[in-house]
Amino acid sequence: MSKAMDKNNTLDAGGVSRQTFLRVALGGVGVVYAAGLAYPVYRYVASPVEKAAKESAVTEVTLKDAQKLAPGSALMFRFGSKPSLLIHHDDGTWTALTAVCTHLGCTVHYEEDKKRIHCACHGGVYDPKTGGNVSGPPPKPLKRYEVKVTDVAVIVSRNPQGA
Amino acid sequence: MKALFSSIYSWADERLGLEDLVQFAKHKTVPVHSQAFWYYWGGLSLFFFVIQCVTGVLLLLYYRPGPDAYDSVRQITYDTNFGWLVRSVHSWAANLMIAAIFVHMFSVYFMKAYRKPREFGWWSGMALLGMAMVFGFSGYLLPMDDLAYFATKVGMEIFAAVPGIGPKLADLVRGGPDVSEYTVHRFFALHVVVLPAVFVPMLGFHLWLVQRHGNAEPPSEEAKPEAQRQSESFFPNFMMKDFAMWLVAFNVLSVLAFMFPWNLGPQADALKPAPLGIHPEWYFMSQFQILKVFGDWFPGKLGEILGIVAFTAGLMLWLLIPLYDLAQEAGRRARRATYFGLFTLVALIGTTIWAYLVL
Repeated sequence: MSKAMDKNNTLDAGGVSRQTFLRVALGGVGVVYAAGLAYPVYRYVASPVEKAAKESAVTEVTLKDAQKLAPGSALMFRFGSKPSLLIHHDDGTWTALTAVCTHLGCTVHYEEDKKRIHCACHGGVYDPKTGGNVSGPPPKPLKRYEVKVTDVAVIVSRNPQGA
Repeated sequence: MKALFSSIYSWADERLGLEDLVQFAKHKTVPVHSQAFWYYWGGLSLFFFVIQCVTGVLLLLYYRPGPDAYDSVRQITYDTNFGWLVRSVHSWAANLMIAAIFVHMFSVYFMKAYRKPREFGWWSGMALLGMAMVFGFSGYLLPMDDLAYFATKVGMEIFAAVPGIGPKLADLVRGGPDVSEYTVHRFFALHVVVLPAVFVPMLGFHLWLVQRHGNAEPPSEEAKPEAQRQSESFFPNFMMKDFAMWLVAFNVLSVLAFMFPWNLGPQADALKPAPLGIHPEWYFMSQFQILKVFGDWFPGKLGEILGIVAFTAGLMLWLLIPLYDLAQEAGRRARRATYFGLFTLVALIGTTIWAYLVL
């Protein structure tokens, strides 16, 4: 290092050498630059994630003509981005649940003959009326939605209690 | 900590021979002289190519070739966060890369860096330029807006004018007599699979040759006695300057991409008339104009064929320059090559400006 540079490195009144100041300032500029680069790239790549989050923020889904569903049968629909299940029981009552198994995320299936919800992946079984996990590996019950039946549609909404 | 690092290093060094690379980097030097500015342009071309790879992969996340092509580009441009920016950077960097390659080529030419033993550097570089232009031509179609559609249509007609196999070949490349979704699929496969698979090894070869022979010195430097020539170490001096140039290039690119976002025209429709002033990208304008002029001078098929012949002859002369410009010193023969280079440069720029004027 030359003598002139040594002089520049001597501490000034504030106690910070020019070299340290420059190093920190340049490092700061570099970090800001890198962040300015990374931010649009991250937002670009995350675009569908944001879209899905926006979709699943829905609180109500109207299923047109679903009131015509025969007793003892079920249909699949999407609540936001989540596969969901609407069941019309033999006794005339209705149940709507998420159709995503709480074990490892497979889509479950309503078995009309056995009157049960079954997951083909690992044999999990749920109660079709409550969504409760009856047997097999599922650790939690399926989440239930509220169901309102009108003359022209079935309206499924997120349970205000979040159950 | 230091001991741990050095023991890991020597473990890897024993197996990979890292010390050879370190020694090579330490001893690699770059000449310093009044024309050394032109040494940066190969690195700049490389930098833009890296930008193309990164933004290209980003575009691949959402682009769908085939009948959906236009719609997917519309979604990228208008519905995806910063999609307009990624697409704009890709388009701008493509043009800047070709511009940088042209500067690099002419500086290599005028510094006579194609002479023995660097002939293969010249040829591999020309191959890279040719492929870069095919990259550009194939990428231009992918959004399938009206400009892309008609420009590709016209470009393929010129291709089809090659005597003999031209029309058959054009049909095969297009996947039919017209530019269609088959063409998009073919150009897509070419653009993202075939070309990179050939381009990257060729680039590796090109860069390996530069390591092997080092930077060429222009004749004016060669004329000086060894003691008067100056050089600096590549690592870290020249490399840091290289990075500084890349930073400048990146800032220029960012400003262009932000201020002038790449346009997306209306969807291509074969039944609609071509938009006014349809023309290829600027780096095809010279060829475009030469073909047009020959077509005017010699009516009918003859003009097309003569245009293609004239252009091919010029290109061959350009390609083979290392074989007939053998003079090691700045003698008369060498000067003739310089005049040919100046003529080519003026002709390229002149016909390009001419083409835009008569558009």
